[in-house]
Amino acid sequence: MACIEARGLRKQFGSTIALDGIEMRVEEGRILGLIGPNGAGKTTALNAILGLLPYQGELQVLGRDPWTQRDQLMRDVSFIADIAVLPRWIKVWQLLDYVAGVHPRFDRAKAEGFLYKTAIGPTRRVHDLSKGMVAQLHLALVMAIDARLLVLDEPTLGLDILFRKQFYDSLLNDYFDRSRTIVVTTHQVEEIQHVITDLMFINRGRVVLSYSMEEVESHFLEVMVHPDKLDAARALKPIDERQVIGGSILMFNGVDRRQAATLGDARTPGIADLFVAVIANQDKQAQGAAR
Amino acid sequence: MSSQSNVMPESSLRAKGIAAGATPAARLMYWSVRRELWENRTIYVAPVAIACVFLFGFSISILHLLVEMHAAPWLDPMQQRELFGQPYEFAEDLIMGTALLVGLFYSADALYGERRDRSILFWKSAPVSDLITVLSKAAIPMVILPLLAFAITVLTQWMMLMISSAVLLGSGQNVAILWSRVGIFHRWPMLLFHFLCIHGLWQSPIYAWLLLISVWARRVPILWATLPLLAIGIAEKVAFNTMYLGSLIGNRFTGGSEGTAIMEHGREMDPMMLFAPFHFFLNPGLWLGLAVTAAFLTAAIRLRRYRGPI
Repeated sequence: MACIEARGLRKQFGSTIALDGIEMRVEEGRILGLIGPNGAGKTTALNAILGLLPYQGELQVLGRDPWTQRDQLMRDVSFIADIAVLPRWIKVWQLLDYVAGVHPRFDRAKAEGFLYKTAIGPTRRVHDLSKGMVAQLHLALVMAIDARLLVLDEPTLGLDILFRKQFYDSLLNDYFDRSRTIVVTTHQVEEIQHVITDLMFINRGRVVLSYSMEEVESHFLEVMVHPDKLDAARALKPIDERQVIGGSILMFNGVDRRQAATLGDARTPGIADLFVAVIANQDKQAQGAAR
Repeated sequence: MSSQSNVMPESSLRAKGIAAGATPAARLMYWSVRRELWENRTIYVAPVAIACVFLFGFSISILHLLVEMHAAPWLDPMQQRELFGQPYEFAEDLIMGTALLVGLFYSADALYGERRDRSILFWKSAPVSDLITVLSKAAIPMVILPLLAFAITVLTQWMMLMISSAVLLGSGQNVAILWSRVGIFHRWPMLLFHFLCIHGLWQSPIYAWLLLISVWARRVPILWATLPLLAIGIAEKVAFNTMYLGSLIGNRFTGGSEGTAIMEHGREMDPMMLFAPFHFFLNPGLWLGLAVTAAFLTAAIRLRRYRGPI
């Protein structure tokens, strides 16, 4: 059974179309990176998956309809939505008590174990914790829940680089196993490059790219082209071209690796560069069509 | 037959799902109420603080009591009752008033504050339904506050009696008249009834209305809850020179004729009047009010599902 399955998922806010027929299927045991520019519909899609928003179209999360069965779904799904949403008045021990009280799959000892490694004492109030500590606290709670799906919406926003690195390290080392599924959105694309198993770009409410990381590697290629081979390279229809010191970097989709190697140094592009190429390309086409 | 065989596996699946990991509703309710008490410490701090201030004032006023005690034996029982009983009734009214105020402000903020500080996203990440959430918030002014206020009142009155007895005994006077005339012990069951039924049940539409507005309004719920009603009331007064809306709302606050009657009877200390409460449950106004409460709460539960941070 797929963990998340969406067909023709649509959502409209007034005259703004936030989701314009999203199709997605996330299998169990995957880590999906959902990437898109601001206002692309990432958060709307995640909110629909979490049962926080009504929607049109078909959506099943762990076999349930999130909108009508949110409370049941939340036994198997954890999420960190946006930045710190932990109530500011609450004390750490109260938070542990509450989650232990209401959540059937919460392992309190595990959460305390995570917190023991941090500077967060049980009598501290969320209000008095730094941003990084709040994120650590929330992560400790979420990692102690034996959930089948974890949704992270910009979980590291506003954190410094050390915290961000720690965050993903503990997520991979202490939490993830092949039976869980993680969906993560972030603007810090580079940090999740080596974390995710699947990549999805969304723009203007639509999925514009959806590949596993192996597929990304086999499809996309970036070549540092020497100036005198530029014309030959351009004939292969690159999807993007950018200038750097000492030449141009061209990105190709579906070009033979050996052929590309004759043009210059070839390698798999980073997600950030791929994102810019694909989204900028699409926006250019959209503008062209509008004219 | 075929439809039956279709239904079977689904229902057994559901039963399995529940066995696999649902938290019992009572447990969810318990933790939801506890979390409300953690967040809103005013619920118990305010009545306790008022009671303490009152006790302080009462301790000073004991000096008057010492003087009045000399005259007490010459008063008739009715006057004695008035003399000794009055501060106790005042304590009741004071704590009731505080509980009412706390309940009103709590209800107007209960489903609004969580949206304003975005913590609704955290609460919704817990496997707690909107039904449990709204009911736990409704339970605060309708059940928890009345019980708390009752307990605090009883404790306050008991301490008042202890303080005055100690002072009287210390000055070598007899406490027998005080104990026989103060008449609080058999008022306590009546008081419990009053708190639970008048503050809990009869006033419940007020709290339910505030809860509904607090889940609906995008800003200043307390104004949304009051100003439109005020406007309608004024329009009614100007157009028809009547005040039905005003008296309807006023009636909910005062506890209606039944409610006041119960309290008055209680004060007359007629043991037969202990049976008066049964009239309360025969009052259609009570059941009408409860139906309105149920309607408001149902709407609030449905609305919360659509609500996110503002």
